[in-house]
Amino acid sequence: MPNRLDLSIGDWRRVSPKYVVVVIVGAVVSGVIAAAAATFFWLVVRWDWGWALLAAVVVATVIGLVIAPRRARSIGYMMREDDLLFRRGIMFQRFVSVPYGRMQLIDINRGPVGRALGLADLKFVTAAASTGVVIPGLKEADAAELRDRLVELAESRRAGL
Amino acid sequence: MSRLPGGPLTPAERAAERFTDGEWHRLHPATPLLRGGIVFVAVLGFVLSNLRERIVGFFVGAPDYGGDPLDQIYDRGWEGWALLAVAVVLILCIGAFYLSWRMHTFRITGDAVEVRSGILFRTQRKGRLDRIQGINVQRPLLARIFGAAKLDIAVAGHDANVQLSYLGSSLADGLRADVLRLASGVKAAEQEAAEPGKSESGLPDSASGVSGLVNRRVNEFLAPELDPSLAPPQSVVKIPPLRLFGSLVLSGFTVFLVIVVVLLIIGASTGRLWLLFIVLPGLLGSASFYVNRFTKSLRYSIAGTPDGVRVGYGLLTTSNETLPPGRIHAVEVLQPLMWRPFGWWQIRIDTAGHTSEKGAAGQAATTILPVGDATDVSRVLSLVLPGFVTEQHRSVIEAGMTSRGRDFFVGSPRRAAWIRPFSWKRTGYTILDGVILLRRGAVWRSLSIVPLARLQSLEIEQGPLDRMLGLASTRLHTVSGPVRPRLPGVDSVHSAELFETVAAGAVASARSDTSHRWAAAPPVSPHLDPEGQSH
Repeated sequence: MPNRLDLSIGDWRRVSPKYVVVVIVGAVVSGVIAAAAATFFWLVVRWDWGWALLAAVVVATVIGLVIAPRRARSIGYMMREDDLLFRRGIMFQRFVSVPYGRMQLIDINRGPVGRALGLADLKFVTAAASTGVVIPGLKEADAAELRDRLVELAESRRAGL
Repeated sequence: MSRLPGGPLTPAERAAERFTDGEWHRLHPATPLLRGGIVFVAVLGFVLSNLRERIVGFFVGAPDYGGDPLDQIYDRGWEGWALLAVAVVLILCIGAFYLSWRMHTFRITGDAVEVRSGILFRTQRKGRLDRIQGINVQRPLLARIFGAAKLDIAVAGHDANVQLSYLGSSLADGLRADVLRLASGVKAAEQEAAEPGKSESGLPDSASGVSGLVNRRVNEFLAPELDPSLAPPQSVVKIPPLRLFGSLVLSGFTVFLVIVVVLLIIGASTGRLWLLFIVLPGLLGSASFYVNRFTKSLRYSIAGTPDGVRVGYGLLTTSNETLPPGRIHAVEVLQPLMWRPFGWWQIRIDTAGHTSEKGAAGQAATTILPVGDATDVSRVLSLVLPGFVTEQHRSVIEAGMTSRGRDFFVGSPRRAAWIRPFSWKRTGYTILDGVILLRRGAVWRSLSIVPLARLQSLEIEQGPLDRMLGLASTRLHTVSGPVRPRLPGVDSVHSAELFETVAAGAVASARSDTSHRWAAAPPVSPHLDPEGQSH
């Protein structure tokens, strides 16, 4: 595909394969909640188009489940000389570059499912609110190690705002 | 430290110098009154309006209505107790005011500004001088009558201001200059070379007596917001009242208003009169919007000082902000369609610190030029981006502002017309001397200028429609503000190149940037350092 956005820079480090489980559980839970709401409108509030709503929710959830493995695989990151590159998305591709010196804060978050699988999310905060880089599904040990490494790099390249 | 580094001090700076010795100092004695001033005046007004009848009656001898609390007190002979109660309340108030004034102290050291306040709940706030994003001297109307001013030191972050409210009016000006001097990192060595003469002794306006005081107040009140002798005069932009009026009339708000009025007329003519009663108060309120913006911008001024850009505005409540160099993260020059026949432009900026007050024309303080022509734009740009906006880059900036496209800016391919039918020709970017210029919009023209040294991060995106056309969009992440630099619909190969170039450029620019101590000697570079000073 010639039109595809291609940065052609080496190999991306991918997140843990177990992260697919987190995506699937998330899709199933939100699907069930949406389906329950649709059923409520169909059977209790007696909307005529309630069944169509339910069908749409089911179809959306199934599509979500089918593409979950690809979505999880699309997430990648790379530590270059001076910046961290991050990518995600298949339909809507997104590449972000964050210079190490710009990192203000690094968070490690663990959700309930991720914790059961021993996974953690790493979140980067810069002075710009729109940066919004979260690397999900890292092994806990990897996440801690990556955080320490990034803090060290940020410290050595510290710049003003 | 007792002496400030840098060149000769002005009288105001000299007067403020004793406050920068690193010891704790107190604020203006009228501070509690001014901070609670509105409440105090309101209570006084309430009491007076309630006693009006009685006061009139006392002098004129009106009939006695009887039955109100004062009569009750008088009839039962409780005057003594009532007076005692009033006295106790007064003493308590004054005591609380005095105590809060005693406990409210500030100090300015070589690298930080600190404020302590509170009687029961103590707070202490410390702002680092090398993180100062802007210093604002505000004078609310009431404070101006007392000859006081508020010094608002913005450090990076939301609501992260260190406020010294209130200080004496000239002291606030002097202290601002002193704080900027300390923050600029001027080396002590330069101070020796520029030791000021001892001729100036104290403030010139140290007239004594009541008449002197009144004169001084009146002078302060009438003085222009910007002392012309402090700034090179050719850099001051003035907004003619007619242009200001025109820019307000030709704003998006007016279009909205016209639509509402037309809808109203249609509604009223078809018998829906109730619409009128819902919307009419809002319409009347919009008149005050125009008046407010107009009066505030009448005294707009901008000038360059050695310590950054100074922007002043306000007719009754005035504000005067200094933005040190390198604190402006992004600049946008824009022109709505209706302004084009007149050649008017507006300039907005992103800064990391935000003062809570509104800026010129009642707009957010991020609108650094409410309206101006092309000459004003180039003057303001040369103030906010002094290193970049020079003679040799003038043509680039002009092209970015007015060009119809297809020039030396790296632009969109023809197929981008599918998603950007009007603006695809104009869309484009160029990188020059560590600054990136993004040009877009054919109807609503806009040119974003971002110094790479201030860039926080960078993003490229491609959705399904973009992918079909082989396009991608780029977004530059800067600190939050009205400028959101983005460039949609550029060839995906060009976008990938842009991404790489800007990512590398941002790192390089940030490394060589020294604007957090803007007046400090440049970093190790032997040919620029003839005296061979060590750092």
